[in-house]
Amino acid sequence: MSFFTVDSISLQFGGLKAVDKVSFSVEKGEIFTIIGPNGAGKTSIFNLISRLYDPTSGKLFFEGRDITEVPAHQIAKLGIARTFQNIELFENATMLANLLVGRHCHATTQLWQEILFLPSVRRAEKEHRRKVEEVIEFLDLQAYREKLIAGLPYGVRKVVEVARALCSEPKLILLDEPSSGLNVEETDDMSFWIRDIRTELGVTVLMVEHDMTLVNRVSDRVLALNYGKVLASGTPAEVQAHPDVIAAYLGA
Amino acid sequence: MRFVFKTDYDQDIRLLKHSGYWWSYGVLLAALIAFPYLVGSYLQSQIVFVFIYAIVGVALIILTGFTGQASLGHAAFLAIGAYTAGFLQSQGISFIVYFPAAAIITGAVGAMVGFPALRLSGIYLVIATIAFAFIVEEILARWESVTHGNEGMRVRTLDFLGQPVPRDGDAFYFLCLLVLVGSILLALNLLRSPTGRAFIAIRDSETAAKSMGIDLAGYKVKSFAISAALTGMAGVLFAHKMSFISPEMFTLLLSIEFIMVIIIGGAFGVHGAVLGAIFIVMVDPFLTALKDDVPVLGASLASSLGMSSEGSGKLRDTMSAIGSAAGLKGAIYGLIIMMFILFEPYGLYGRWLKVKLFFQLFPLYKKATFKRQKTYVKSERNR
Ligand SMILES: Nc1ncnc2c1ncn2[C@@H]1O[C@H](COP(=O)(O)OP(=O)(O)OP(=O)(O)O)[C@@H](O)[C@H]1O
Ligand SMILES: [Mg+2]
Repeated sequence: MSFFTVDSISLQFGGLKAVDKVSFSVEKGEIFTIIGPNGAGKTSIFNLISRLYDPTSGKLFFEGRDITEVPAHQIAKLGIARTFQNIELFENATMLANLLVGRHCHATTQLWQEILFLPSVRRAEKEHRRKVEEVIEFLDLQAYREKLIAGLPYGVRKVVEVARALCSEPKLILLDEPSSGLNVEETDDMSFWIRDIRTELGVTVLMVEHDMTLVNRVSDRVLALNYGKVLASGTPAEVQAHPDVIAAYLGA
Repeated sequence: MRFVFKTDYDQDIRLLKHSGYWWSYGVLLAALIAFPYLVGSYLQSQIVFVFIYAIVGVALIILTGFTGQASLGHAAFLAIGAYTAGFLQSQGISFIVYFPAAAIITGAVGAMVGFPALRLSGIYLVIATIAFAFIVEEILARWESVTHGNEGMRVRTLDFLGQPVPRDGDAFYFLCLLVLVGSILLALNLLRSPTGRAFIAIRDSETAAKSMGIDLAGYKVKSFAISAALTGMAGVLFAHKMSFISPEMFTLLLSIEFIMVIIIGGAFGVHGAVLGAIFIVMVDPFLTALKDDVPVLGASLASSLGMSSEGSGKLRDTMSAIGSAAGLKGAIYGLIIMMFILFEPYGLYGRWLKVKLFFQLFPLYKKATFKRQKTYVKSERNR
């Protein structure tokens, strides 16, 4: 069985089929991209995977395990982390605090130990901090440790979100439009980081992306979606040459 | 300006980050220890109330400031702590048992309130906590075998392992100070460990918190329980300080006072609890003065300005009528809250930080330093 499998999953909002019997699978170490026009259902698929939404039908498998019924807050612990299309950072906290929240799924200390701040808590905290510093180093965020998120520029926030996801040491990372709102230079950096996430950290990447240059540059495989249905999948070149995809994008 | 060079992760974990803090907090603590020997009994008594209010303030900051869950029911938690103390003491149980027992019982009730609160937020949560407080008030009035109903209940002098600790004495002052320092340490310790960060995460984005592996339900209940337990402890001290408790002492107005503590002090840091408590406890004597002295003052001012004695007498009567009108306190509180939310959303502590920064950076301070920038719009649809 594949590393990660979406099996004929559907999601309905009232009469609207946001996701309609979508199936695909992602192999370990792959960069897999979902593309599609606005409202195609891409974010909805991510929300299904991170269990924020319950599917109307269909199943999800991660490392051979059925995760369709796993509660949302246990997904991170399994090794799936994500970013959000419209940035969901903890605005009134420092970047460091945000990244440390990313470590939450590895927290081992008990409430009573934390209240007394026992040596075990201090040790665990330093361990978390070391891991966070690795990610800060990896994504060049050294300048922002003590800064409140609310005061950071948009481009930096996008990177901080990726950093927070990486802090949980995921096996699979979901990136929802990592380059949206970034300028050309920032998009360039992002594409290098996405490749590094795969090659240096060995994390499988599943992303949603509109910027076709970025998609072509980093993706191994692409899935095109429209009105919740799969139009085509394959290598970036194959998908972009597919007549249905061209029709969907040109609105014909 | 001070530049702090960091060479160790411990430096970010430590509570007192550099030598300057050691100095200022050391001096503060020394002053607080010296106070009972320096000030009169009235002021000492007021400071004890500051401590008690500050403990509740810390509790509310954990729930509202950190976790983002509003509550107008904390008077009820205070009542539960107070009545637990009063009842258990009357059964001959010792302070070292009923003090933790009050914390545990109130904490358990807090957790129970937390459960239905899981599905509520914002104004609905506020209403639910008010409803809870009314229920508690009603139970206190009706459950006469334990609470003596509306007649109220006398609370005997605190007895600490055979040592009486009278409510006006220095020992009681130090006990309250100790509990306050303990609660502050508890809050700060939480803040530097996973639970406190989970609270903050829930406050700022529930969706992201969930995806980071935070169990919303569990942590909201924990936050309610911790907040209630601290308030319960404050309740024990309150009961002893008042030496008499009755249901009408724990009304909505008291809950509003508690909320004011953190709105005025600033809900984003523990300092706010203390500053807000000082403000609230000191505003009461001020209001009393307003009621008694201002009408007289106004009348004498008017007569010295050449008003007839009849006219100035009338003026005095009207002014004292306004001063003693029912609900004046509530109205003034409402006004203060509005002013703070409009002009000082970060409370007195926020103002203090701004003043401090002004002097640190002088003459480079920019007015916009504390302006929040909103760089994008969050849409509801795409999480
Ligand atoms: N919570 C919701 N309630 C009702 N309808 C929703 C909800 N979330 C999404 N939808 C609808 O589902 C469809 C798919 O939305 P989705 O956000 O998945 O699109 P998308 O492919 O991510 O689009 P975009 O490129 O704009 O991000 C849209 O028609 C949207 O209006
Ligand atoms: Mg989307």
